[in-house]
Amino acid sequence: MAYQFDFTFIPDYAGMLAQGVAYTVGLTVVGGTLGILIGIGGAISRLWNVRPFGELYRYYVELFRNTPFLVQLFLIFFGLPSLGIKLEAWQAAILAMVLNLGAYSTEIIRSGLQATPRGQLEAADSLAFTRWQIFLHVMLRPALRKVWPALSSQVVITMLGSSVCSQISTEELTFVANFIQSRNFRAFETYFLATGMYFALALLIRQAMHLIGRYLIVRRPLS
Amino acid sequence: MMSFSLWDIVRNLLIGGALTLLLSLVAFVLGGATGLLVLLARIGKWRAPRALAQMHIELFQGTPLLLQLFTLFFGLSLFGLDVPAWLAAGLGLTLFTSAFLAEIWRGCVEAVPRGQWEASSCLAMTYWEQMRHVILPQAMRMSIAPTVGFAVQVVKGTAVTSIIGFAELTKTGSMIANATYQPFLVYSLVALGYFILCYPLSHYAKSLERKLHAAR
Repeated sequence: MAYQFDFTFIPDYAGMLAQGVAYTVGLTVVGGTLGILIGIGGAISRLWNVRPFGELYRYYVELFRNTPFLVQLFLIFFGLPSLGIKLEAWQAAILAMVLNLGAYSTEIIRSGLQATPRGQLEAADSLAFTRWQIFLHVMLRPALRKVWPALSSQVVITMLGSSVCSQISTEELTFVANFIQSRNFRAFETYFLATGMYFALALLIRQAMHLIGRYLIVRRPLS
Repeated sequence: MMSFSLWDIVRNLLIGGALTLLLSLVAFVLGGATGLLVLLARIGKWRAPRALAQMHIELFQGTPLLLQLFTLFFGLSLFGLDVPAWLAAGLGLTLFTSAFLAEIWRGCVEAVPRGQWEASSCLAMTYWEQMRHVILPQAMRMSIAPTVGFAVQVVKGTAVTSIIGFAELTKTGSMIANATYQPFLVYSLVALGYFILCYPLSHYAKSLERKLHAAR
């Protein structure tokens, strides 16, 4: 092949790439945390049919799980201003990620809560646990523990999906890649590099989720 | 200036929607066929194909679809091929789909009880006979619900191809939104379009799941 691969541009843009990675990680951390919190709220509301949230969450989950993230993003960033709600690109990106992940994690966490064995509730009752203690220690924590792998995968999927946020000019990793290739015309090398960085990020985030799960939910000290 | 009626907007979105549907179908069918090959390599006895299949799965599950499309789009043109957007979109989504389906199906094959393998090899069946008559039929039954569920992801995945310029539903929507200055209306209609395509699928997947669980 006549084409010469040229990766010599990397040092020149290392700082920008690092900023892009940091931006993507930031979006994922904020989006992941808030998304999971929304999911916990949603799972509770759906499970006990808390009025009116149970019903609202049902529509929310179906709406967000059956439309593409990119369209949600466009609707929030381009559509909402005509209703008088103007958001910065990063705000729109985070809002879309939180809402998207919230919908998925609602269903994931709900299935975990539903899997609580009846006997454990009765046992906790007979040990004079308060309702709050039962919920926290007998239902929520074991539920999160059961669904943590699924939740981790969903966070990784959300992180990978955040690459389309470049389309509303959020300056994350894909945006940086677009910028670099528009400067050096080395499109293949640039995107190849960015793809590799996402791959590494996915592994890192999976590992981080694993550690968080162990530390926060299982409460086993880090060895 | 041209003015757009609601019908003009909807009519154009319907054309885009048809392309979204077509691309989803192509990606799902070709991705399913490729996924089956990847699956056979992944669970097979030979080491090299197994490692390759695993790499394929990890690579396409661990990177964003958008960058897969970009890399394909620009990578293929290095070979002197002129890649139109629809080709890059179809090829990218096919590879993406095959990786996910292969992994879903592998889970189903591994969920077939070991005894089935042992019993069929006691009956002197060859590997392919075991696959064909014992393992795959049972795995297939289990795989229907998650496969239908994944079809939703494929339909939603097609939205990303708008970024490399394939004029499906989202791209059509962007163009109309820019022409009409009514982004909220247009993107709501676009979202509605995807919802109409996806909701029946996810509903069907859920009811299949319930039915198959009840049968066991």
